[in-house]
Order: sequence, then structure tokens, then C-alpha cells
Amino acid sequence: MRFVDEYRDAGQARALAAEIAALCEPGREYKFMEVCGGHTHTIYKHGIEDYLPESITLVHGPGCPVCVIPMGRVDDAIHIARQPGVLMTSFGDMMRVPGSGGNFFDANAEGTNIRMVYSPLDALKIAREQPDLQVVFMAIGFETTAPSTAMTVLRAAREGIDNFAVFCNHVTILPAIKAILDSPDLRLDGFLGPGHVSTVIGCAPYEFISGHYGKPLVVAGFEPLDVLQSIYLLMRQLKDGRSEVENQYTRVVPWQGNPTALRVIGEVMELRPYFEWRGLGFISHSALRLRAAYADFDAELRYELPDVRVADPKACQCGEVLKGVLKPWECKVFGTACTPETPIGTCMVSPEGACAAYYNFGRFTRQRVNAT
Amino acid sequence: MTTSDRERQVLNRIERTRRRRPKVREERITLAHGAGGKATQTLVEAVFLEAFRNPVLEQLDDSAVLEIGPSRLALTTDSFVVTPLFFPGGDIGHLAINGTVNDLAVSGARPLYLTAGFIIEEGFPVADLIRIATSMREAADAADVHVVTGDTKVVQRGKGDGCYVTTAGVGVIEHDRRLGPSEVRPGDAVIVSGPIGDHGITIMLARGDLGIESDLVSDTASLHELAAALLDAAPGVRMMRDATRGGVATVLNEVARAAEVAVVVEEDAIPVRPEVRGAAELLGIDPLYVACEGRFVAVVDGAESDRAVEALRRHPLGARAAVIGRVGEAPAGLVLLKTAFGGTRICDVLVGDPLPRIC
Repeated sequence: MRFVDEYRDAGQARALAAEIAALCEPGREYKFMEVCGGHTHTIYKHGIEDYLPESITLVHGPGCPVCVIPMGRVDDAIHIARQPGVLMTSFGDMMRVPGSGGNFFDANAEGTNIRMVYSPLDALKIAREQPDLQVVFMAIGFETTAPSTAMTVLRAAREGIDNFAVFCNHVTILPAIKAILDSPDLRLDGFLGPGHVSTVIGCAPYEFISGHYGKPLVVAGFEPLDVLQSIYLLMRQLKDGRSEVENQYTRVVPWQGNPTALRVIGEVMELRPYFEWRGLGFISHSALRLRAAYADFDAELRYELPDVRVADPKACQCGEVLKGVLKPWECKVFGTACTPETPIGTCMVSPEGACAAYYNFGRFTRQRVNAT
Repeated sequence: MTTSDRERQVLNRIERTRRRRPKVREERITLAHGAGGKATQTLVEAVFLEAFRNPVLEQLDDSAVLEIGPSRLALTTDSFVVTPLFFPGGDIGHLAINGTVNDLAVSGARPLYLTAGFIIEEGFPVADLIRIATSMREAADAADVHVVTGDTKVVQRGKGDGCYVTTAGVGVIEHDRRLGPSEVRPGDAVIVSGPIGDHGITIMLARGDLGIESDLVSDTASLHELAAALLDAAPGVRMMRDATRGGVATVLNEVARAAEVAVVVEEDAIPVRPEVRGAAELLGIDPLYVACEGRFVAVVDGAESDRAVEALRRHPLGARAAVIGRVGEAPAGLVLLKTAFGGTRICDVLVGDPLPRIC
């Protein structure tokens, strides 16, 4: 398949792996965080760790949009869905995320109508075609998905579709990375930057990471060779004693990002003073809500929300996993009390979550590919 | 204790947890219970196996094998609830016949007689019902079986999704070989009878939510000739199973678990049509978990794999049959995939339906 197979070539992978191995200094350990859940998924799905020397460890970061949604927000969504005449919609990944009293599938079994859509525009289309329904879209995701939510709100406003609302849970990536960099229990040597977020925000916003914090960052694509090449670029920077923002994913990410998408987000949404992230706690200016001008479409204003903060289950160590302090298997409940069938923490829910990726794809003793 | 020792300890603990007796934790049935993955397996074992427990059912095979006097019969049943009812390459009528015929065929039986039950929603067009019945007749003719008894119920509007069909079938086993996942042993070869995932992707596209157009058609077909050809060609056939709900990966996991072996599959060797790969790639789902309605997975003695594949390829439905992997000893109970990229990963049973990823 074109545009896919050329980025999955085993011969090139072996060559890159050999170059990475040659850059390793004897006795030195390297820890890189892949910020984005899409990278975590790629790493496990293709078995990329088999190509890395043992001295390189990949730490799975907080960039899984589903994994960072706190239980209280899932409960709020189910509460909205219980209101008469409401059809709640969201992306497929959300369906299995546990709230304090079960997930969306469980709620549906008890009578709510929560449906999976592929795009917020699909939700708007349902609202247009079924004016008797109150259609709510539970918006999740980083800057990657925020523009499509914003565009949908603009279209709803233009067409005057008033039986449509957005339950906005969009988050922004930079405050989360900053929170991780400020966390005392973490030592990282560099970052694989989030490719899809960067198509929107560009590469310049990461410069505080390479500058102030002195950690190299390479914006990386999502095919396995992209990830390997980005690791190579990080190793190269360390070898040369550089700390820069580099763009490996040039075929998709322009350095300046997508100004149109940023403008649309800015027109429809504004930063919340603070937002709770699962496992990471409250982070200020880290999430988006609808601006007052679009209050008519804001589900948080249209419906009275219980807005109860639900503490993460005590046994759950998602926070440590999201910060990269623990490997998934080091969590106390991993694979025993917490499995994809009965997830306790959200890292076990989405296929992008570090724990689910490790449980589904990586749970066996690895053998390194001989790179030479 | 080193990190890898600790990791191994954790992995052993997980394996022990996985082998515990299944228990349904949910208070109500969710869609995941019907998706063919772990939730379905748990429901079947915890509710139905508990209630009906007997040595025949405990095999949990596609068909029950019944020894009655001197003859061995295979008996099976299946219900069909597909949306849309009519799709490129077939309709619910074809599925209802072929699904039951295939469950008999992969048990090593010659399919003979079927029953058909219809649950029809008030308001359903008679013309559509005739169309479904005609498709069933066509499929039955092609499979050389007869529908010999049936039942019809009509439910109120809104209480059903158009039309549901249930079929049951009986066939005769005319050889004395034992087939089943527990017969599999290290050194065996794993074969699929053709390109995987056509049916599932066709249905997803036919629902129209994705706005993708394609020439893809369902693979629904009766596999009785193909299964018979394989049994003739290879005395060392250990098991066959049609890869319906849950796809090829789910079948392979049943094998690994039942025979306490490792199944190691080469991603490069798995036949997948480019349209299926493309659509699956876009949706972020894995063709290995997508349903087929006219493909089976077979495990044969490793020494007979070439002969087996040749025999399958002589039949039009098996033209793209291929060896996709081997059975090994360790890690027992797991399916490993050697990725085209050159890495290795686990290929586990899914919890529910494969859900599209967000980004």
C-alpha cells in the first residue's frame, strides 16, 4: 500500500537500528518520552522496542486524549445523556472509559442513548435530520481534534441548529509537558514530539523545552520508521551536545503549524483557568471551553451538571504511568485487577493508552532484533 | 532481583489471573457481550455453560458432535442480526445458510439439513422477505443442503430491527478423525483459506457512516467443498474453524489456549486485499479481528502444509490460501505476530468490537 509500506520497511529499520546502537555511549542510559498515545500504539503494534538497544528506554507520556479524561467528566457525560430526549455522541475510544458507575456501554444498557460518531459533523448531521432530539457531542482530544469541534460549532451557529450542543473536554498539550518537566521524580533525556498536534500548533511552541529545560525534542510521525528515525535524531543531538526542536514529520507538519485551524479554535474556544487531568491532577490553563459568544452550544451551561470530582481509585497508578515514572507492568494492579475487560484506570482503555498497548501487544519476554 | 526478573514475575501473575474461572461483572448485557471477544466468551462460559453443563457442550466447538448408534452427527445453530440486511456480495439470507453450513463443514461433517426461524418486525416489506428467502434457497442449493423445517414470529414495530434469522443444521461425519483446537501440537502449520476481513469491512462501508466508496464485496460463501478437499488432501488436519465474529485472531487465540501452545504468525504472509487494508488502516482497526463469512483457519501437520495449501488453491474459494504461521511451544497460550516491520507483538483476544481510534 502506497504511503504506508515505504515507512514500514524492515531493511531500513535494521540500518537505522545499527546507527542508533553506534551512537550509544557505553554505560549511559537513555530515557525518551513519546508524548503522544499514537506513538505508544505504533511502538507496540510494530514491535519497535525490539530494534532498540537495552540502554534506551521509551517512556509513555500523557498524550492519549482518552487516558487523561477524569472519571467525573465521564459521570457528567452520562448525566447529560440521562436527560429526556438527549442523544449523546462521542468518538469510539470514549465508549469504554470507566466513570464511577460504569462506562457508556453500561449506561446504554440502563437506557441512555450514547452513540459513536466518526466526526463532530456526523453529530451535527444527526441534529439537523432529527430535530426532536437534543444531540450533544462529547468533544475530547488535544489541538488535533479541537479545530473540527470548533468548525462544527461555527456551522451549527451559521445554520441555526439549536438542538446541538458540545460537551467540551479539549485539552492542550504544552501545560501537560511542562507539568511533567517540573515533576521532581523524573529524569528524561528528550522527547518524541506529538506529530498530529504539531500539524496545528507547529514546532515553535516547543522551544521552551529545548531552551529553558535543555531537552531535545523531535516532532515525530506515526509510522514505525518515523519513530525509529526520530529516536536516531534525538541520539544524534545528544551525541553532538545539541538541544533543539527538530521536525522529522515534515511531510505533514509545517514549522508554523496551521494558522487557519488556530484561528478557528481561538474564535470559538478559550482557555479554562484550570482543568483536572486524570492522574496528573489540576493543571492551570490546560483545557478549552466554549467562549461566551457560543454559550448557546455549551452543554455545560445548557444542562445542570453534578460536576463532582471523583477521586481516582486508590489502587490505580495511572498518574505515575502517564508521567513515565512507572512502566505499565510496574503498576500494582496491572493485568490482575486492571485489564482491558475491567479497566480501573484509563490507560488500560484506549488502544493508545500505555497499559492497554503493553497488555495487548507487548506482554511477553522480548527478544531484541539483531541490528547488524 | 533484576528488572527483567521482576517483569517475568508480573507476567506470570497475569497469566494466572487470566486462567481463573470467568465471572460476569456487569449487571446488564452490553453490546460488548455480543462482539465475539472476551466479553462474549465470559458470558457463554459463566451463564450458559454453567446452566447447561455437559460433556458435549464443554467442547465449545462450532458444532456439537453426537454419537448416535453407529453414526456421528454434527449439530449447530446460529442467529443473524446484520445491519444492513442487504449488502454488496450478499444479504442476511446468504449469511444464515452459509454460516450454519460452515460451522458443520469445519467440524468435518457433510452438511445435510437445516432449520430456519424468522423474527420479523411489523411493517417489514414482504418483497424484502421474499428476497431473503430466495437468497437462502440459492445458498442452500449451492451447499447441497435442504431447509426442512422452520418457524415465523412477528413482533411489534420498534421491537426488532427488520428481520432476524436463526438457522440450525445437522450433518454427518463420515470419517473417524478427531478435529479440534486441543489436537494442535508444536510443529503444526497454520493456514487461512483466503484473504481476510472482506465481510466485516464491506458491512462497515455499507452502513455509509464513513463516506468511503469501494468495490469490495462480502466473502459470504459455503465452505463445505473446501473443507472436504482439505480433509482429503491432508490426513494431519488438526482443526478447522470459520473466522467469523472476532476474526482470525480470535480463532488463533482459542487454539493457543486450548492446546497450550504458542501460535506464531507472520504478518507478511497473511492475505489481505488492499481495499481491506486501506479501510482498516484509516479506521485504526486490525484486519486480523475483522469478521469473514467465507474463510476458515486450519491447523495441519507441519509436514503436510504444502500439500494442504495446494489442495485448497485448486478450489476457486481457496485460490489465495496460504500458510500464515507455525505452532511452537512457548510462550504457551499466546498468539505472537511477527510484524512486517520486523518486530514481534502479542495478538490478544479483543474485549468487544474493535473501536476506531481518535487520532
